[in-house]
Amino acid sequence: MFYRENGQFKTNYKSDQQIFAVKQDRIAIIALIAFAFIGVPLLADEYLFRAILVPFLILALAAIGVNILVGYCGQISLGSGAFMAVGAYMAYNVFMRVEDMPLIVALLSGGFFAMLAGIIFGIPSLRVKGLYLAVATLAAQFFFDWLFVRVPWFTLDNPAGIAAVSNLSVFGWQIATPMDKYLFVLGFVVVFALLAKNLVRGPIGREWMAIRDMDVAASVIGIRPMYAKLTAFAVSSFIIGVAGALWAFVHLGSWEPLSFDINRSFQLLFIVIIGGLGSIMGCFFGAAFIVITPIVLNQLLPWIGRLFGVEISTAMVGHAEFMILGTLIVWFLIKEPHGLAKYWSMARHKLRLWPFPH
Amino acid sequence: MGFFLETIIAGLMNGVLYSLVALGFVLIFKASGVFNFAQGAMVLFAALAMARFAEWLPEWLGFESLLLANVLAFAIAAFLMLIFAWAVERFVLRHLVNQEGVVLLMATLGITFFIDGFGQTIFGSDIYVIDLGLPDEPIFILEGLFPGGLLINQDDLVTALMAMAMVALLTLFFQKSGTGRALRAVADDHQAAQSVGIPLGRMWVIVWFMAGLTALVAGMIWGEKMGVQFALTFVALKALPVIILGGLTSVPGAIVAGLIIGVSEQLAEVYIGPMVGGGIQIWFAYVLAMVVLLFRPQGLFGEKIIDRV
Amino acid sequence: MRLRQLALSAVVAVAALTSALTTSLAMAQAPVQFFPSLTGRTGAVAPNAAPFANGFADYMKLVNARGGINGVQTLVEECETAYLTDRGVECYERLKGRHGGATVFQPLSTGITFALMPRLAVDRIPMITSGYGRSDTADGSIFPWVFPLLGHYWIGGDVVLQHIANRSGGWDRLRGKTIAVVYHDSPFGRELLPIINRRAEMHGFTVLALPVPPPGVEQRAIWLQIRQQRPDFVILQTWGVMTTTAIRQSVATGFPRDRMFGLWWSGAEPDLRDIGVAARGFSAVMMQHGQARDSEVVRQILAQVHDRGQGTGPRAEVGDVLYMRGVVGAMLAVEGVFRAQERFGRGRHVTGEQARWGYENLNITQARLDQLGFAGVLRGPIVTSCRNHVGTALMRIHTWNGTGFDWSSDWLQADMNVINPMVTASAEAFARDNNITRRTEPGC
Repeated sequence: MFYRENGQFKTNYKSDQQIFAVKQDRIAIIALIAFAFIGVPLLADEYLFRAILVPFLILALAAIGVNILVGYCGQISLGSGAFMAVGAYMAYNVFMRVEDMPLIVALLSGGFFAMLAGIIFGIPSLRVKGLYLAVATLAAQFFFDWLFVRVPWFTLDNPAGIAAVSNLSVFGWQIATPMDKYLFVLGFVVVFALLAKNLVRGPIGREWMAIRDMDVAASVIGIRPMYAKLTAFAVSSFIIGVAGALWAFVHLGSWEPLSFDINRSFQLLFIVIIGGLGSIMGCFFGAAFIVITPIVLNQLLPWIGRLFGVEISTAMVGHAEFMILGTLIVWFLIKEPHGLAKYWSMARHKLRLWPFPH
Repeated sequence: MGFFLETIIAGLMNGVLYSLVALGFVLIFKASGVFNFAQGAMVLFAALAMARFAEWLPEWLGFESLLLANVLAFAIAAFLMLIFAWAVERFVLRHLVNQEGVVLLMATLGITFFIDGFGQTIFGSDIYVIDLGLPDEPIFILEGLFPGGLLINQDDLVTALMAMAMVALLTLFFQKSGTGRALRAVADDHQAAQSVGIPLGRMWVIVWFMAGLTALVAGMIWGEKMGVQFALTFVALKALPVIILGGLTSVPGAIVAGLIIGVSEQLAEVYIGPMVGGGIQIWFAYVLAMVVLLFRPQGLFGEKIIDRV
Repeated sequence: MRLRQLALSAVVAVAALTSALTTSLAMAQAPVQFFPSLTGRTGAVAPNAAPFANGFADYMKLVNARGGINGVQTLVEECETAYLTDRGVECYERLKGRHGGATVFQPLSTGITFALMPRLAVDRIPMITSGYGRSDTADGSIFPWVFPLLGHYWIGGDVVLQHIANRSGGWDRLRGKTIAVVYHDSPFGRELLPIINRRAEMHGFTVLALPVPPPGVEQRAIWLQIRQQRPDFVILQTWGVMTTTAIRQSVATGFPRDRMFGLWWSGAEPDLRDIGVAARGFSAVMMQHGQARDSEVVRQILAQVHDRGQGTGPRAEVGDVLYMRGVVGAMLAVEGVFRAQERFGRGRHVTGEQARWGYENLNITQARLDQLGFAGVLRGPIVTSCRNHVGTALMRIHTWNGTGFDWSSDWLQADMNVINPMVTASAEAFARDNNITRRTEPGC
């Protein structure tokens, strides 16, 4: 009843092709963004900002990057952690070595260098695919793990090998409180999500999806596989690099290469799988799931244990987190291989028909 | 020259163990098309089971013999791996038939997480000992030819022999026994095998059990060398470049590639490592595999992938 | 089917909301002194980090059994970090405001230490990094909120080199020799190198730095290199499985254990027990205490905590090296609060800021240590000040005999004439890079 396109006539191609062509969609997205910018800061407390919202947003951004590569272009990559690291360390170098470098330019340059790294390590995708490619990308992961530890140039010759930033500010606005950090990251995420959404709706996105579905057929009809695959790696790594720079600068403040190790790569892949391959909205669902589940389990399990009179130790909670996460992943894959985004699109589909069932 | 040989020998020993873990991957992939990321966790779980039961059985049943404890613990751990194989087929694989490779890969990653937590819950997260009674001290051979002699570890030798025996047994099983033939049929073509009457589900249980056994032997050997603890899963990750180099579908490939990776890794670390500051062991195998892939996408021994449009 | 899915998502949503709300609710109770405990009970470092957490919790229970801190009971809440930096940060954020505010944090991980350092001044909570973290935080005029009480890696490195020099017959006998340092390839591992390099400059020995990428289960190539280069001594700046692997590899390649030295994190029971007799002769420099099973404080913990069924970990572990690290860490935390109460009100709850003053003005005499049960375990006095956040520089060496440890050196004092300039220089460089001005209060 509410979610209908009746009466919305498009009179030119431009309005027909625009993002969120349906007016209700536009209103919903604008309302969501407004709530995120205005409503959440009024309701949330410091802990929610620091420990849940900021990591959620940054991981969602990184997941958008991974989803472009894995979900839209079908190239399995286990090296996302390394690209986050490249983004973080190069942004750090640009920020610290160049006098008066604006923060946003530094973050974007981190993404730029990650893009270069992505293109180089994406070259194997021209020769191999599937699981072979996944292991080849692991080479990127371990290589960069080693590079940032071994070469002191990346950490400005700091004897301890730790990189740290402080006193971030943009156009005079000091990014000091958790709410500031949240708003800053939210700005990046909204811009990049909209850009990514438009990108995958456009011709390049369709090329990626063609390569994913059947690359031989795609090359037969004239899509250049090298161009498509390498641009997928490039765009994906750029976004992941910016996310990595944000993670380091805004969330951690001071970091070491272990923050971007293979577990981070797995975590991003989980987010993308659980959220839904090939869905921008799904990245947010997946990131929310991955960020909130350990914290919920941490609170819930001892509470449940106390109900039954069993004292659950922190070690036990840690093990239970692993077990429950593993079970949930398998369960999701069995029940809904298209991820949480499929539920979302089912809900939208039902909403279109509401109040009718069919 | 002596030092060079020592490095090679050390690399070969390491390589044999990588091959063992890689064998588990290849077995499962050949028979069911699943890339079993959980192999590493299976190694840890099997090793934990064996270590803990070897510790508990003498207490519960009141005997002293180390050999008996180890043999019984091995048997119990093997039985646990059988149950595990059955559970995986029943609860995971059966529901994910016909899904794409990525989904199956992710499912095995989920299984990895589950076994990690489950194993540590049941068996604990301390470091545990598997004592096979092997001597620690090295022996020095050929002292006439090289000053100081060539360093050989006795326990390395014994474990390498154990691994080779395991590989030989597996090869015999696949070539000579009826079940082995059935497994090879399933690996070749699922539908054809089914049409001849081979029960697919049961074959998968058997294959996962075999992989579990290789994981147990690998876990026993690694655990004896470095103690059974969480970091064992990282060792299994090293088997990935081995299977890539050897080809995902080739058993001799896994063995040869394991030796190649083992030797080249040691040589690189010892000779190239100091020039770049050391520690290149963590990525050298992967980069080597990646470079080989650029020239031979199916690995050294793998079958060419034929895509039909 | 849909109903089930709806119900499931409703439960998850309620759980998420509840957890978010409960973390923000303040608990109104009798004032307690809250000591958060960041634990590493899972993951690669569990065997070494779990005893620390157990010792910490047990000592806090002992304090309560003795009547609390002038009547104020201690409260410990654990948060599992698995030694990961971002989980450590999340634990910090979740616990810092609970139960009236955290008194002090002891992260036990150098990575988490670095990540938390910028937040301490904002949240007004001090941090004790006893025996780890940055060595230059000894200079409290630049690092007012960080306390590397009892020692740091530069002091430890200096002492181990002194011991090596003593065994060789003097510093000049080290000229021309080679000392290999096998270290964890991370900020923790690298922190030892500056003092080793400084002493190498001063006395003319060569340093062979061999990094091991974590988790460090593959060290064959490193030990083959050691076999080739034949250094005279090997120092292990490692942690967890890396130490055990290193010692096993030294057995496998024939490097004598009595020429190997660890530090307090690489010379404890979990590292050596499984190797047993083959590791005999391996020594480690201990930050004052080692194994302390016969000590008075252990006796009291067994009697008043474990015998009453309140022991945190297994009884067999009480008195082990890392367990005692936890006990000592807890003792230092509590002594700071006692000192703060002397100034800000006996028997009252102490805020993080007040506790910071306490840690900066410690004067723990040997008499007080004996009274607490640490006779023979720790040697006083431990005196801190604005410029000296360490408090003491005494250490000693113990050696593994196959089943336990024997003390193999006297009390050794690090040469502060070498270390203090290094600390000042490094702290000043940090201050310059981060726009921090040195404190100018009287006494700084």
